[in-house]
Amino acid sequence: MSDLFQAIQKNRESILKEWLESIRVASRRRNIIDDRELESQTAEVLSAIVDAPSGTKLADVNAPGWQPLKDLLNSLSMSRATLGFTPSETALFVLSLKPSLFSIVRSISGDNADQLFLQITEVNDFVDRLALYTTDSFIAGRNQVIMRQQEEMLELSTPVVTLWDGIVALPLIGTLDSARTQVVMESLLQAIVQTNSRFAIIDITGVPTVDTLVAQHLLKTITAARLMGAECILSGIRPQIAQTIVHLGINLTDVITKARLADAFKLALTRSGRTVVRTDKPAAVTAATREN
Amino acid sequence: MERIPILRMGNFLLVTIQVDMHDKLALTLQDDLTNRIAEVGAKGVLIDISSLEIVDSFIGRTLANIASMARVLDALTVVVGMQPAVAITLVELGMSLPGIHTALNVESGIEFLRQNVSEYDDKDDDGDNTEV
Repeated sequence: MSDLFQAIQKNRESILKEWLESIRVASRRRNIIDDRELESQTAEVLSAIVDAPSGTKLADVNAPGWQPLKDLLNSLSMSRATLGFTPSETALFVLSLKPSLFSIVRSISGDNADQLFLQITEVNDFVDRLALYTTDSFIAGRNQVIMRQQEEMLELSTPVVTLWDGIVALPLIGTLDSARTQVVMESLLQAIVQTNSRFAIIDITGVPTVDTLVAQHLLKTITAARLMGAECILSGIRPQIAQTIVHLGINLTDVITKARLADAFKLALTRSGRTVVRTDKPAAVTAATREN
Repeated sequence: MERIPILRMGNFLLVTIQVDMHDKLALTLQDDLTNRIAEVGAKGVLIDISSLEIVDSFIGRTLANIASMARVLDALTVVVGMQPAVAITLVELGMSLPGIHTALNVESGIEFLRQNVSEYDDKDDDGDNTEV
């Protein structure tokens, strides 16, 4: 096989040229990645192939000699995943190497059909495996992006708001699953400690469905808040959810529940010894009085 | 031997747990506290666990037991300052500690005791006789 390596080494420039040409034919995404960057990437990959320690077999992609090449391909496909390439475009980047390698094999094999067949099979196999490897790395990169977005959404979707001194509220929006309820529970309890709140209102107006698991999580949160010395009020229970809760046989008798957030807030105000009164004259809202 | 100090404030007893509770220490506290309640005729017990970071099921049960024992001795127990992590752990262990009163901090705990004990209070709440 060393004569193949030598031939590749010798024809480096022409291989690069041919490879770039087939990439250009295969993909039309020049707006994402410019020619110069593509050129440097192909050159890097090719030199990683040529510079593999002697004795590294093409047939064995898992050999330690191919590790630098795989690391390179890994980082390439990771960055392509974030840039918005499709998996097939990423695989084509490697697969486009085939024609130029085939012509090298053709030139060194001459008329020996058996040797030609063997070497072409071997090169074909090697490039295919590299392409599969890039696809795997690409998917891993894409998964990382998805996970990061999921975490960000989780953070965004559980805000704890202070309604008054000593009264916090947690408006829940979207479907609750175990991971989210855990975050919800932790952030609410943390907020209770930080704001020194005696009352916490959990509003589930934006929760489309409540099953037994969600109800159990909510009850756990309420019990934990009680253990810390705060009282929880559950609000925003829509008629359908009330029906579901009763049909599922969930026991909410130990929990204060209200239909509207306003009712829950009023109860919290009353319990903390406050009332809201309507004054006869509504204050005129002008720029001067707005600071109140 | 290691002991948790019990402070007296009028007819309330104040316990601040500042070391990690192990089982034996919890039992010692239970003994000491019940003795003190009987001795001084305390009407309220405040247990501050704000510096406890780990509460296992045994400690949780001991706290519940202390509250029940104090109740029998006619004293109201309030546990204050439980950390969120501790509360989550206890709930996950299935211990909701029913019958224990809780408050966010010592200040609101004392306020709670004052409100709920005053009706029995026939003694003059004069002294802050703090002793160990």
